[in-house]
Amino acid sequence: MKFIDEFRDGDLARGLAAAIRQAARADREYHFMEFCGGHTHAISRYGVTDLLPPKVRMIHGPGCPVCVLPIGRIDMAIALARDLGVILCSYGDPMRVPASGGLSLLKAKAGLGRNAGDKGERRGEIRMIYSGADALAIAQQNPDREVVFFAIGFETTTPPTAVLIKQAQALGLGNFSVFCCHVLTPSAIASILESPEVRQWGSVRIDGFIGPAHVSTIIGTRPYEFFAEEYRKPVVIAGFEPLDVMQSILMLIRQVNAGRAVVENEFSRAVTRAGNRKAQRLVAEVFELRRSFAWRGLGELPYSALRIRKEFADFDAERRFALRYQAVADHPACECGAILRGVKRPQECRIFGSVCTPENPIGSCMVSSEGACAAHYSYGRFADLAAVS
Amino acid sequence: MKDVRKGYVRPLDLRQGRVDMTHGSGGRAMAQLIEELFARRLGNAYLGQGNDAAVLPMPPGRLVLSTDAHVVSPLFFPGGDIGCLAVHGTINDVAVMGARPLYLAASFILEEGFPLGDLARIVESMARAASDAGVPVATGDTKVVEQGKGDGVYITTTGAGVVAEGADYAGDRARAGDRILVSGSIAEHGMAIMARRESLGFAANIVSDTAALHGLIAAMRASGAAIRVLRDPTRGGVATTLNEIARQSGVGMMLQENALPVQPEVAAACEFLGLDPLYVANEGKLLAIVAPQDCDALLAAMQAHPLGRRAAVIGSVHQDAQHFVQMTTTFGGRRIVDWLSGEQLPRIC
Repeated sequence: MKFIDEFRDGDLARGLAAAIRQAARADREYHFMEFCGGHTHAISRYGVTDLLPPKVRMIHGPGCPVCVLPIGRIDMAIALARDLGVILCSYGDPMRVPASGGLSLLKAKAGLGRNAGDKGERRGEIRMIYSGADALAIAQQNPDREVVFFAIGFETTTPPTAVLIKQAQALGLGNFSVFCCHVLTPSAIASILESPEVRQWGSVRIDGFIGPAHVSTIIGTRPYEFFAEEYRKPVVIAGFEPLDVMQSILMLIRQVNAGRAVVENEFSRAVTRAGNRKAQRLVAEVFELRRSFAWRGLGELPYSALRIRKEFADFDAERRFALRYQAVADHPACECGAILRGVKRPQECRIFGSVCTPENPIGSCMVSSEGACAAHYSYGRFADLAAVS
Repeated sequence: MKDVRKGYVRPLDLRQGRVDMTHGSGGRAMAQLIEELFARRLGNAYLGQGNDAAVLPMPPGRLVLSTDAHVVSPLFFPGGDIGCLAVHGTINDVAVMGARPLYLAASFILEEGFPLGDLARIVESMARAASDAGVPVATGDTKVVEQGKGDGVYITTTGAGVVAEGADYAGDRARAGDRILVSGSIAEHGMAIMARRESLGFAANIVSDTAALHGLIAAMRASGAAIRVLRDPTRGGVATTLNEIARQSGVGMMLQENALPVQPEVAAACEFLGLDPLYVANEGKLLAIVAPQDCDALLAAMQAHPLGRRAAVIGSVHQDAQHFVQMTTTFGGRRIVDWLSGEQLPRIC
C-alpha cells in the first residue's frame, strides 16, 4: 500500500534500531512517555519494543480518549437513553467502558430493546455510529425524537463536533444536541508533569515525551514549547506509524544526550508550528473552556476540557436535559489511574489478565485497543512469560 | 354431472408483491409461495417428494452434519447475496471435515413486507450456487414474522455429507513443526460488506470471496499430503480460527506478517477504518495445517486449483504451553495475534 508501507519497512526499522543502540549511552537509561493511545497501539501492534535496547523504556501515557472518561460521564450517557428516552449515538469505542452498576453502554443497549413500548411510552435507544455525521442524519430521519451525540476525544475529534453543531444550527434541527466530553491534551501533560510522582518523589522518571500525531495537526507544536522549557523535558511530535515512533525515539535520545529540551517535529509531513488555524477558529467559536473536568486516573483538572458556548446552548445536551455529573469511585482493585499516570505498568496491576480482560474489562484501559492494558494484553503479553521463565 | 370448476390462482406478483402474514400461515398462500417461488427455482427430485421430510440415499461412510444461520446486512453485496452465501457457508463447513457434501436443507425466516422480487433473486442465487456445487436443496421450510421483528430474510442451511473412515481433519491434530497455509487473499468478504455499509467509494471494487470449497479440498486430498486440520476462517477471520485450532491442539503458532496475502484495496480499506485484516471474515478461503514434509506438495496442489491460485504458507506450529498465536510483523517485531474480543470496531482517532 503506497504511502503506508514506506512507514512500516522492516529494513529501515533495523537501521534505525542500530542507530538507537549506538546513540543510547551505556551509563544511563532512557524513560520516554508516549502520550497518545495511537502510539501505544503502534508500539504494541508492530512489536517496536522488541527492536529497542532494554535501557530504552516506553511508558504509556493517558492519551486514549475512552480511557480517561470517568465512570460518572458514562453514567450520564446511559441515563440519557434509559431515563430520558433519547436516541444516544456513540462511537464504538466507548460502548464497552464499564459504568456504574455493572453496566456499560453496550449492556444498557441490550436492556433497552426488551419490552420496549410495554407501557406505551417511548424508550430510549443507544446506537453505535462511525461518524458524528451519522448522528445528524438520525436526527433528521427522526424529527419526533431527541437525538444526542456522545462527543468524546482530544483535539482531533473536536473540530468535527464543532462542524456538526454548526450544521445542526444551519439546518434548524430542534431535536439534536451534543453531550460534550472533549478534553485537552496540554492539560493532561501538565497534570502528569505536576504529579508528585514526577515532581517530588521521582518515583516516575520521564526523560521526554513522544508528542501526539493527529492532535498536533490541529493544535500545532507551539503548545508543547512551554513543557519543554518549563519542565526541561524534550518533546518530539511523531506520526502514528512505527517508523515514526522509532525515529522520534532516536531524536529524543539525541536531545537527552546533548542536554537539550526543545520541541522537535518528526511528523513534519502533517504538523506545523501553528497547526490548523481554521479548525482552531471553529473550535473557539463553538466551545469554551470548562472551569474543571474530572478525568479518570488524573482527577479533577482545571481548564482541561471544553463545553459548548452559550450561543449554541440549544445544542448542549447537558443544558437541555439538566444533566449533572456525579463522581463515582473506580473499582478498588483497578490500577487504571496509576497506569494512566505512568506510575504502574499494566502487568503490575493485580487483576490484569485474570479478572480484567478485554472480554470483561474492569477498568477503561482494558477497553479500547489504544488503552495501555488492552494493547499489552492483546499484542504483548507473551513477553511477560519470557521474562518469568 | 358437471366437473367442479377449477379456481383461478393469480400468480405471485414478483414485481410489486410483498411477503405478508398469510405466506406463513400454512394455507393456500403459503403453498403458492413454496410452489411458485421456491420449488420452481430450487426444484429437484427430493424437494419434489413434497413430504414433511426428504428421504435420501446415502453412500457408505460416516455422516457429517452441519448447520449455519445466515444473517447479513446488506442482503445483496458485491460478489454475492445471502442466498449463495447460505449455500457456500454450509457446504464449506461440511467439506472442511474432509467430507463430500451431499444435501442441503434450508429454512427461511421472512419479514412481513419483504419484496417478493428480492426473495426470488435470493432463491435464484441459492439455486445457482447449489447446482454449481452439485449439492441439491433437498428440503426446506419458511416462516413469516411481523414487520420489525426480522431483518428482511434470515436463512438457516443444514448440510449433510459423507466422509470415509480414516479421513480426520479435526482441530486437535496440529503438531509442532507443522506448516500453516491459507488458500488465498484474506478479508475480502468482510470488507466488501463493510465498504458497502460505510459507502467507502474507493473500496467499491472489493468483491466478496464467497465460494464453495469442496472442489479445492478434493484436489488437496488427491495430492496425498498429510493434512492435519482444515478450517474455513469465516467470522472472526484467520486470527480467531487459528486461536481455536491452537487451543484445541494445545500448541502455539508463529505467523509471518509479510507472507499474508491481502489485496491492496482490501488492505487500504482496513487501514482506513482501523481494522486488522486478520480479524475480518472470509467466505471462500480455508486454512490448512499440514505435516512439514508435505507442505510443498500441498501448496502446489492448492495453487493449481482456481480457488487456490494465491495460496501461501503463512506460518508454522510450535510447542507453547500458553497456546499463543504470535506473528513476526513486517516491521521485524513480535506480537500476539489474540482472540477477537467483542466486535472489531473502527478506531476513533
